[in-house]
Amino acid sequence: MNTDVVSRVRANPKFAELERKRSLFSRQLAVLMVVIYGGFIYAVAFQKPFLATKIGSVVTLGLPIGLGVILSAILITGWYVARANGEYEQLIREIVEDTQ
Amino acid sequence: MMPALAAGPGFDPAQQQATGVTAIAMFAGVVLVTLFVTWWAARRTRTTADFYAAGGGITGFQNGLAIAGDYMSAASFLGISALVYASGYDGLIYSVGFLVGWPIIVTLMADRLRNLGTFTFADVVSYRLEPTPLRSLAAAGTLVVVAFYLIAQMVGAGQLIRLLFGLDYNVAVVLVGVLMVLFVTFGGMLATTWVQIIKAGLLLGGATLIAVLVLAQFGFDVTALFARAVEVHPDHEAIMLPGTIVANPVEAISLGLALMFGAAGLPHMLMRFFTVADAREARKSVFWATGFIGYFYILTFIIGFGAIPLVAQNPDYLTGPVGSELRGGANMAAVWLAQAVGGDLLLGFISAVAFATILAVVSGLTLAGASAVSHDLYAGVWRRGRVDEREELRVSKITTLVLGMVAIGLGIAFEKQNIAFMVGLAFAVAASANFPVLIVSLYWRGLTTVGAVLGGWLGLISAVTLTVLSPSIWVVVLGNPAGSAPFPYNAPALFSMPAAFIGCWLFSMIDRTARAGGERAKFDAQFVRSQTGIAAEGASSH
Repeated sequence: MNTDVVSRVRANPKFAELERKRSLFSRQLAVLMVVIYGGFIYAVAFQKPFLATKIGSVVTLGLPIGLGVILSAILITGWYVARANGEYEQLIREIVEDTQ
Repeated sequence: MMPALAAGPGFDPAQQQATGVTAIAMFAGVVLVTLFVTWWAARRTRTTADFYAAGGGITGFQNGLAIAGDYMSAASFLGISALVYASGYDGLIYSVGFLVGWPIIVTLMADRLRNLGTFTFADVVSYRLEPTPLRSLAAAGTLVVVAFYLIAQMVGAGQLIRLLFGLDYNVAVVLVGVLMVLFVTFGGMLATTWVQIIKAGLLLGGATLIAVLVLAQFGFDVTALFARAVEVHPDHEAIMLPGTIVANPVEAISLGLALMFGAAGLPHMLMRFFTVADAREARKSVFWATGFIGYFYILTFIIGFGAIPLVAQNPDYLTGPVGSELRGGANMAAVWLAQAVGGDLLLGFISAVAFATILAVVSGLTLAGASAVSHDLYAGVWRRGRVDEREELRVSKITTLVLGMVAIGLGIAFEKQNIAFMVGLAFAVAASANFPVLIVSLYWRGLTTVGAVLGGWLGLISAVTLTVLSPSIWVVVLGNPAGSAPFPYNAPALFSMPAAFIGCWLFSMIDRTARAGGERAKFDAQFVRSQTGIAAEGASSH
């Protein structure tokens, strides 16, 4: 790729907008996932009595928490993909058109 | 870690009876379908792009199913349900860890990978860095991960075939190896992908059916299932909370790290981003995959718990009275549960699907290993890119043959290991060698070839060394006396991952050569392309 194209894309305000929005959003979601999962591992490693709290006759609190982490992974992925395939793809299309 | 599962029971030859005709007919049917798909794909595999990346024409939904298919391997299905069966809640820790890597992949990596890569992840890191040393590193990382992962699948396959046909374990492992080589050599990525798609559908359907049938026995009351499991399991209420896996916090955190970041370094997963048309489809495929995998893990949890009252209490499935080991090895809980709730028909179906799973996953792994050797080592390093497609394809087929033989050998040597645990080790190596180099090259301008290569090798060597020195390999596989392992933990990632990252950073900072300056300058071009895909259009025929 020649440097001319690169500098033209970099100078495009839409590229700055894409970069700003996407990197913020993707990093926020990645951190959210790390925090949720990190909390789960922390509980498993250091807070066993908390996970062992009974809710109902045999079911422990650890069960809905584990399932919750699974669901959160699916939701986070869906959230990012929905926004990236809509908003960001639109911006990328415009940037590509501007460059040609 | 997991003492109950570390050693499977010895198999009494008297018990090597074949199961019913129905089961075997179902089994043969599924295998024939996969062979037909291979034949169909072989007629359409012409170029290296077809062989490695299925020609780039797979849709997001199809690719999502294929990724899910790769992920819902024998280790997930047989291994995790066996873990839940043996120690309850601990199985969920693995499931959760296997899944949480996907949001990380889609938010931080999927777009950029698709926009930069062609066939292997070495293409991505060598976009602005020196290709030759990086391809050697990537190939080594790929081959080690593939080897660990292959072990898990081969052990699962061997135990399954032995159980189903009464064949000797070694014969069963050889059989799987031969089928796998045939399959990959003739069908390539196109066949592997289609078999994954079909199999993912069958496995999701089959596992749903078992879970529904299990719940039906408890009046569709999940609490009643858990109550019964707690009542009959020798550990009683302990199965509802974290137990043996997390005997110490260091191991829990180390395993957690490996599982979360390992997925993003698995070569056969990264390869799947190159089988779709563009970044948009790549993202869609991750969403579908995450949904299917998450749903599947919830099913394996129910299946594992269902096996506690329905399999462990029935002497028909055990080597002796209630309380003794499972017939066919500790990993067979889900297979026996299928028989318990659905008779021979469901047993045959589930075994066939499990076998197709293993075959497809093993093929995908072998393909990743073969492309590392032929595309990265042979074409990239040895011939420095001066090689025609036919020759590269020939080398990858020879590699497939060699990998098949290696897989057979490893499958026999590691017969007694729990397969979910072996996959955990593959994740640890992927998280320590491939993932750091990949993520740093995508995000940090300052990375140079020297930093990437030394950091990557540091991560790879430390992960492998610590694994060999850990109790599970040092004591269980190599037969040294208990307690003599030089490294006390069974999960190396907490130590080897930082080693890789620090290595990448430190050696890049020290690197003040002119070449390093040029590599930093090229970051802008890489950045634009990774964000927008501009100049990526011609990627599939580089």
